[in-house]
Amino acid sequence: MASVKKHKSEEMGLHDEVLTGRTQQVFFNPEESENFFYHDAYDVDFNKRTEIDAKNLDCRDINDQIKNMMSKGYGTIVIKNPGSKHSVGVGILNKLNLIVDGSLGYFGIGSVDGPTVRISGRVGWSCAENMMAGKVVVEKNAGSCFGAAIRGGDLICKGSVGARSGIDMKGGTIIIGGDAGAFTGFMMQRGRIVILGDVGPNLGDSLYDGTIFVGGSIKSLGADAVEAEMTDLDVAWLKRKLKVSEIDKKVDFKKMTKIVSGKKLWNYDNLEPTERKGAI
Amino acid sequence: MCGIAGIIHKGKSTNVGGEMQKMLQSLKHRGPDSTGYALYGNGESNNYILRFKVGENVKEGSSAIMEDASIYETRKDEVNKKIKEAGAKIHKQAQITPYSFRYVISYKGDLLDLAKLIESVEMTEILSLGKSLELIKDIGDASVVADNYGLNKFNGTHGIGHTRMATESGVDIRSAHPYWAYPFSDVSVVHNGQLTNYWNNRRTLEKKGMRFMSSCDSELIAVYLADKIRNGVDLEEAMRGSLEDLDGVFTYLVATKDKLGMAKDHMAAKPMVLYESKDLVALASEEVAIRTVLPKEIDTYDPYEGEVKVWQA
Repeated sequence: MASVKKHKSEEMGLHDEVLTGRTQQVFFNPEESENFFYHDAYDVDFNKRTEIDAKNLDCRDINDQIKNMMSKGYGTIVIKNPGSKHSVGVGILNKLNLIVDGSLGYFGIGSVDGPTVRISGRVGWSCAENMMAGKVVVEKNAGSCFGAAIRGGDLICKGSVGARSGIDMKGGTIIIGGDAGAFTGFMMQRGRIVILGDVGPNLGDSLYDGTIFVGGSIKSLGADAVEAEMTDLDVAWLKRKLKVSEIDKKVDFKKMTKIVSGKKLWNYDNLEPTERKGAI
Repeated sequence: MCGIAGIIHKGKSTNVGGEMQKMLQSLKHRGPDSTGYALYGNGESNNYILRFKVGENVKEGSSAIMEDASIYETRKDEVNKKIKEAGAKIHKQAQITPYSFRYVISYKGDLLDLAKLIESVEMTEILSLGKSLELIKDIGDASVVADNYGLNKFNGTHGIGHTRMATESGVDIRSAHPYWAYPFSDVSVVHNGQLTNYWNNRRTLEKKGMRFMSSCDSELIAVYLADKIRNGVDLEEAMRGSLEDLDGVFTYLVATKDKLGMAKDHMAAKPMVLYESKDLVALASEEVAIRTVLPKEIDTYDPYEGEVKVWQA
């Protein structure tokens, strides 16, 4: 078994897993992330504010305008009349304060790295898919696949979300103020999901790693998802994260349910065929 | 992937044809092959509205044949004879396209007998037979179909519709949605998804005497519900049963004379966005469709897995 050097991210309680087999593990470095800029990132001023009226624009035009405004140094951009259009605010690899005054359709704020985004309405399927870093706050409900495959950052929905939130997520935090649907955390590999309300069937199905905290009831656990004991470190982390998430809800953190991987499916490809059958 | 949409006004009639046209046009990217409407109007007193076609409109992948239009008139005359033979009376008749007709008829007998007689005419398919339902479907996007069939000023309480991306069967009218729940008046279904136990269920239902007009898996839902209703099962209960009996990933809408319902499979793999107020309910595969009739900011949500809902007009 390969040993892993103690890293600062571990000390911060970000993860405690030790990977084995053919898996190559690269730890997240908070300092590096904070000071990371893309070579063509724009130097923006958060005090410089502008608005984009999206009423008669398609998603390509809206995204072009965001880029154009960033190139002019605008650090705060407000999108008016988004009209639930799809793929708005995708591919922003920049520090930016983006405010969406309304609702977004599918694939909103996808593949971003760095911006802080606030959406006053609802989002459709696959909001913030593949997010690397930043913070996205949705004031109302969200569709399915919320935060699919995110690598980092904080993704917050103050309302309820559909099915398969956090599917394939590899880092970061998803916080849901209301309820969540079936297969939440499906094939999750790292990171944390916090659901303050109830959650549907097959929670954490085929969970590789990461942690899911649930405030309400759980309809059923998926394959290889098991309950674990809440620790003081968990409670401290939840308190801190919930404060940052701005969700105004009284929560008894100690009574939350903690779900982790049973690790029977973990490193699945290294198991013998007979062991695979047993794991399933 | 297909797009579905529906709208129901509680206690009032409005231009539901125009509303559905806008909703479905905004879903064109989900299914550009054909568009269908099931609109529920104010009816023609106690008479039935019969929508039928005597030929096909055909594009790629279809096994149907595009015939010379000269045959349509002969078939229409044969249908007229069959209607009289069944003891029904034709009050109004209109030819909407070369192959598509709208009749107003009075009839007091068994609808199944009438339907069987009409469909005994070669290439003839009843699209709908009801006191308030008018089912229209054809190749083209929502605007094309609405313009060709004059649906933009259709007044009614509710409607459901579908934009189809042909996957399981070819591009033609018989594979387009919605499907009428033959032989029950005023019941229609639209569906987004795939049913994986189609043939098993179809064989079972055919043995019971139920009729299938296409090889499209979506038709199974209409026939399944029709069979349940025929056996005295309540609509909502029949829909709940469908979640257990039908395999696959699906979301579907069903409408009756005064109700609109939705059902979502246990995997929640197909989308549905829902808006509900005290005056109306609007739902669609994507919120952009709802925004075409309710452009202001509204609160919407996704129904959960295994959910069934029914609303009254």
